[in-house]
Amino acid sequence: MTVEAPSEISRSLRGDPRRQRLEAFWRLLFLGAAAISIVITIAIILSLVGEAWTFISNVDLSSLWDIGWFPRRGAFDIRTIVVGTLLVAGIAMLVATPLGLGAAMYLSEYARPRVRKILKPALEILAGIPSVVLGYFALTFITPEVLKAIFGNEIAGFNLLAAGIGVGILTIPLVASIAEDSMRAVPLALREASYGLGASRMTTSIRVVFPAAISGIVAALIIGLSRAIGETMVVAIASGATGGSLFGLNVLEPGQTMTAAMASLAIGSDQVRGDDYAFQSLFFVGLLLFLVTLVLNVLSERFVRRVRQRY
Amino acid sequence: MSGSGIERGVVLVATSVDVTAVVRQSLSGKRRDPRGSLFAWALLIALLLSLLALAVLLWDVIADSLSVWVERTFGNFLTSQLSANPEVAGIWQAFYGSLLLMIFVIIFAVPTGIASAIYLEEYAVNNRFSRMVNAVIRNLAGVPSIVYGILGLTIFVKFMGSITGPEVEGRSLIAGGLTLAVLVLPIVIITTAEALRAVPNSIREGAIGVGATRFQTVRHHVLPVAAPGIFTGTILSLARAFGEAAPLLLVGGITTFFQAGADSSFLDVLQGRFSAMPVLVFSWARLPQEGFRALTAALIVVMLVVLFLINFTAVYLRNRYEKNV
Amino acid sequence: MEQELEQQTEEKVLDRPRPAIEMATTRAEQEPKDLPIVFSVRDLSVYYGDFRAVSNVEMPIRRNEITALIGPSGCGKSTVIRCFNRMNDLIENARVEGRVEYHGVDLYSDGVDPVEVRRRVGMVFQKPNPFPKSIYDNISFGPKIGKYKGNMDDLVEESLRKAALWEEVKDKLDESGMALSGGQQQRLCIARAIATSPDVLLMDEPCSSLDPIATLRIEELMLELKSEYSIIIVTHNMQQAARVSDRTAFFNVRLSDEGQRTGYLVEFSPTEELFTSPREKDTEDYITGRFG
Repeated sequence: MTVEAPSEISRSLRGDPRRQRLEAFWRLLFLGAAAISIVITIAIILSLVGEAWTFISNVDLSSLWDIGWFPRRGAFDIRTIVVGTLLVAGIAMLVATPLGLGAAMYLSEYARPRVRKILKPALEILAGIPSVVLGYFALTFITPEVLKAIFGNEIAGFNLLAAGIGVGILTIPLVASIAEDSMRAVPLALREASYGLGASRMTTSIRVVFPAAISGIVAALIIGLSRAIGETMVVAIASGATGGSLFGLNVLEPGQTMTAAMASLAIGSDQVRGDDYAFQSLFFVGLLLFLVTLVLNVLSERFVRRVRQRY
Repeated sequence: MSGSGIERGVVLVATSVDVTAVVRQSLSGKRRDPRGSLFAWALLIALLLSLLALAVLLWDVIADSLSVWVERTFGNFLTSQLSANPEVAGIWQAFYGSLLLMIFVIIFAVPTGIASAIYLEEYAVNNRFSRMVNAVIRNLAGVPSIVYGILGLTIFVKFMGSITGPEVEGRSLIAGGLTLAVLVLPIVIITTAEALRAVPNSIREGAIGVGATRFQTVRHHVLPVAAPGIFTGTILSLARAFGEAAPLLLVGGITTFFQAGADSSFLDVLQGRFSAMPVLVFSWARLPQEGFRALTAALIVVMLVVLFLINFTAVYLRNRYEKNV
Repeated sequence: MEQELEQQTEEKVLDRPRPAIEMATTRAEQEPKDLPIVFSVRDLSVYYGDFRAVSNVEMPIRRNEITALIGPSGCGKSTVIRCFNRMNDLIENARVEGRVEYHGVDLYSDGVDPVEVRRRVGMVFQKPNPFPKSIYDNISFGPKIGKYKGNMDDLVEESLRKAALWEEVKDKLDESGMALSGGQQQRLCIARAIATSPDVLLMDEPCSSLDPIATLRIEELMLELKSEYSIIIVTHNMQQAARVSDRTAFFNVRLSDEGQRTGYLVEFSPTEELFTSPREKDTEDYITGRFG
């Protein structure tokens, strides 16, 4: 191999400028794509804040505390729809927590591999069911067949309870999957230590695995709650997405959540103009919703990070 | 590991287990632990109840829909137009609308999402910018879908209305498609990033060691190995977009019936009013006429079949390609 | 004369195992000492963020020699070898100070494209990492992106022959490279590295995941390749260094003032000297097994 003089070598080591330009092009292209997600976030925030500000600055804020949510009539009682959201989310978590965590613990600690191979995908199927289908199910089955049998005539055709149960069913697979992942992540050595002391499977699961996986389990519940709060269509179908509703705590009555309120505003909003600010209330509610779910998501991430730190 | 529930738990176990009793029990050949069995059963019931809900849902929907399959054929149901009359109403516009929306998602969300993930995992690993973008994406994935509807309403309908749908104040199929694409983008990014991360680093080192640029490494070595995972993730995000109704409601998805003009061009269709299957479920479910109940159920059955096909394709393709690698 | 020497060397390697020191002495007696310098390392330090991994290394690498880098774990030998082909660029917070001159050109200066460097300075890694492609494509990838204009089939065959792998795979060039045994995979990686016609080969513990027989074949191969390439090898196996290398660099770790474990070059001598009459006490302790 001939020895090249340094100047020849430095020239050839400089590389091909065409290739370098092409490389820079690709890098910029990919960078641009990644930056789009930031653009989207900014766009969401701007879209919400703009009109929400119009709402806040023009609407008599005391009316936010009045009796009912009737945006087209200028009554914007936030309490009504916030309480509605809390009720539905609460019922949903009452359903999803025991069923989701129970299923997760069974799949993680008890199920034989063959059984797990069938049942886990089956649970995943539930995760893929669109929410409108659950809404239909809540309206046409849960209310007439299940709830009427329990509550008789006290329960209305449209009610929050059925919606809550529907949202709960939707949330089960989400809670189960995250909780199960974190339970399985608990090292085998911990279980072996427990069994080695003569503990039963139940004791091990409750006293050893569950506490070890607690961060992931809490994260699962928070994420489930966030999902339940953000759910729209089940409530819109099964709970009566009327133009408004009175304030009430009775889950056997129709009601509105923040999300369903937004939906019904949107459907009819092209008919509404003028001084009511009904249209702007849509953005105001949306901003609230966005902030709440943002806080929940950030919170859940801190719990997930704690899981990673441990192992 | 800092002192915590785990160690306390193990200590609790040690002190709460009566060793003599356990030994006597196991030596006696009989295992009696009623509390334990009850617990195991409770857990299993939790799982089975969840699956039962699924089963009942499917059964209920199929049962409700039977009258439609019997009195009108599937083909008729699929190709008939929307109508206020339950006897003749079909799902054609919704079906076609959903199809076009999916195509939009594929065109806009998939390349953007894959490119973003490539940047985050191959070009900018672990610098400040990529960590921020990753956090942003994770948060976007958790935003309720109706908020994406607001984004779509503000930007694609109002702001860009003259481009997306001049005749209909922007409430067009294009607006709907773009909204869904934005909604699904974080999911595509996350699943693609996972697939890229699964590619062993030794392959990258081997390529770079031989004088490949970053792009050449990604194109010739990383992407081929990650392709099955990326593909699966893309298809699953399509399934998610398919089932969404809330954002479409805000962007103008039709809840009443409309006629598809027989001689409208494709561009008119894109810029015109639209419907989609989940949106149609919403509007039909609220109609009082008894006949619509069966129609809604039939529509749901069609949706579930489509979803099943999408998921089946994803799983099948993943299995096939994973064998080849 | 050189052929005779090489033959003698080969025969001696193939004999039953002899004391490392003896073999090094035999080789040293026969080879000239003043081959031209390919790499000149001056005051090289490598930092990962604030952590100084290696400090103030000075050494020349000569053409057609095998230079071995030895030392206990954590002494920075892998870090140093990766400076020769700018592989440290891949690590986010890695910083190189000092000069690494390749045929007189500072590798880390602005006008140098790392891609070009890696075409001329090939690398073989600790764990064989063939591409999940056919054997043919494994070899042809490098030249292809280097815009090779000649006959690719011939190049693939030549590379495989030089890596002593041709006879074993000539009938199955379409099969996956991952289907070969560990030793064959590593030879495939060597063939892949030499396909781009480098003049230097870097080998980072190339035999540490191979069995003794495969290791022996690779060592034989290295001695053959020496006539055409300059080879730098990192090895944790002293005997291997004594068996194959012409010069050896011994690295050690020391605790710096900031409490960091920093690697540094203790001694750099012709192999025979290093193993028979080391200048530093640390070197002697290491090669007699007192630590590391």
